[in-house]
Amino acid sequence: MFALEQAESPEKLRRIAIEPVTRVEGHGKVTILLDEDNKIHQVRLHIVEFRGFEAFIEGRPYWEVPVTVQRLCGICPVSHLLAATKAMDLIAGYGALTPTAEKLRRLLHYGQIVQSHALHFFYLSAPDLLLGFDSEAGKRNIVGIASAFPDLARQGVLTRKFGQEIIRHISGKRIHGTGVIPGGMNKALVLGERDALRGDIDAVIEWSLEAVGMIGRLHETEPEFYGRFGESRANMMGLVNEDGDLDFYHGGLRARDADGAGIFDHADYAAYGSLLQEDIKPWSYMKFPHIRTLGAELGWYRVGPLARIQICDRLTTPLAEAERQKFIAFNGGAPAHGALLFHWARMIEMLHAAELARALLEDPDILGTDLMADKGPRREEAVGVIEAPRGTLFHHYRVGADDLVSYCNLIVSTTNNNQAMNESIRKVATQFLTGHEITEGLLNHIEVAIRAYDPCLSCATHAIGQMPLQVELIDAGGALVSRGRKGF
Amino acid sequence: MKLVVFGWGNISRGDDGVGPLLLARIEQAGWDDAVLIEDYQLQLEHALDLEGADLALFIDAGADTPAPFTFREIFACEGMTHTSHALAPESVLAVFVQVTGKAPPPAFLLGVRGENFELGAGLSPEGAARLELAWNFLHRLRQEPKPESWRGLAQEI
Repeated sequence: MFALEQAESPEKLRRIAIEPVTRVEGHGKVTILLDEDNKIHQVRLHIVEFRGFEAFIEGRPYWEVPVTVQRLCGICPVSHLLAATKAMDLIAGYGALTPTAEKLRRLLHYGQIVQSHALHFFYLSAPDLLLGFDSEAGKRNIVGIASAFPDLARQGVLTRKFGQEIIRHISGKRIHGTGVIPGGMNKALVLGERDALRGDIDAVIEWSLEAVGMIGRLHETEPEFYGRFGESRANMMGLVNEDGDLDFYHGGLRARDADGAGIFDHADYAAYGSLLQEDIKPWSYMKFPHIRTLGAELGWYRVGPLARIQICDRLTTPLAEAERQKFIAFNGGAPAHGALLFHWARMIEMLHAAELARALLEDPDILGTDLMADKGPRREEAVGVIEAPRGTLFHHYRVGADDLVSYCNLIVSTTNNNQAMNESIRKVATQFLTGHEITEGLLNHIEVAIRAYDPCLSCATHAIGQMPLQVELIDAGGALVSRGRKGF
Repeated sequence: MKLVVFGWGNISRGDDGVGPLLLARIEQAGWDDAVLIEDYQLQLEHALDLEGADLALFIDAGADTPAPFTFREIFACEGMTHTSHALAPESVLAVFVQVTGKAPPPAFLLGVRGENFELGAGLSPEGAARLELAWNFLHRLRQEPKPESWRGLAQEI
């Protein structure tokens, strides 16, 4: 049992529920139990998980899966598309992709990372970081940023648009794209499309570099606060290539402990079941994965930007690697675990993805037309893994002789980060809430820590009026003392 | 008159697909002078799709909104709290103002009430019936795609 996971006598405590968490799609809920002196006894992040995802996919023909999985999530459909298709490449019996097909998929993936990271920075994290945690709630959003930092807002919109344009050109459509298919690609990038993207890429790199610099300068103003906010020492996991470089698209799994010592390296992700164990807890729908050899209490880990840039040996692009070195030096050379450092790491990755995209746009292979791999015998089972914007994403399938998916297991980035997110908000609650009168600004500290992880609850449902923030204060007897609500 | 129509939602989540389904009907009906934009959610970059538009129509499903549908003019709203990765249409208009420095085009929201938003579900019976009513209403909007006319229709609803 983790500290602050379970109070001894919860029935005697006041309960605060933050439900759902603002600016995180879907329905997240935080519950805090505290006594009459506002001492914290229990903090939990509950997330309505991807229930039904596997059932949604099982029973479908395997060749439909790359299209179907894009409907799992309105925020990161490309990530699910790529992870699923990597598995289906093998199921369908295809060998190594052609150089053009792999480069097109990588460009697509980098476009997704740029647009996702841009959205997160300009829409989710910058409002907190630049306007302040305690600023008026209604202004802590992109419109608030647009008012206070007009150039930044414009750059954010255009950077995101650039990432979306990469997706549109390679997939063929803004959404429901069919450019990626088992065995390769079914659409080549034509000269006009390539040139349009190449015309914008230098500006995107420049803006990304400015965003990294802005975050770095912010940390310099109050290094203790920004470095230690929501700090939770965690194991870290992600994909690296054969040379130990960060690779968003393909590689072996590397895990290191909180001090940077190796746990496993270049591990075959198809054997993830022998490396990781998924536990359940009665109070959450979301599983709690951990490194099997270390057990649940010591084996939980963090994925995503903050883990990735610290477990890899190098970023292969010069500007991003230089910024990574500054990040490491700023933190004294040892792995850093503060929640707000996610934002800095995310901007380094955005810069890296933009540089990688530029290199591909200048590569003649990207205009090739040899798009399909050679086909061999079909397989019954395969695993596809990528580094999605929010972290490592696993897709595991079995397909029967009738070509229908008989088994599906997904471990999405947010699930990988489940325990780490809980640990971060417990730290924030201990740091900032204990002993204080609870205010909206203080509760926002909890949300700031959650948003740092950029959890994707994959709720493409977004209907009007469905996502208010509700905060309830309930006394020890279970009676509702007050209720606050905001939203539209 | 350049009309931009946004229809957003997820057709694999029950009534959430009403926006894209109505957009598909518009496309099939050949509203040739309209720019049609489908997405899972409204996002920052959709503000850029409004550039050069004379009129904008946003079509979405609604939860706990009046049945069968609502139709109203919307305006840029800077103070609106955002609750997810998705923007409200009013916020898209506000981002347009901030990014372009210009006033957004007149914009209207057609919100069709949904009942079931579960993954893998199709349209609910109520959602399907309301989709037909909304489609009939879109024919009326089509007859005179001008802000003054649509304001009049908004008064009727």
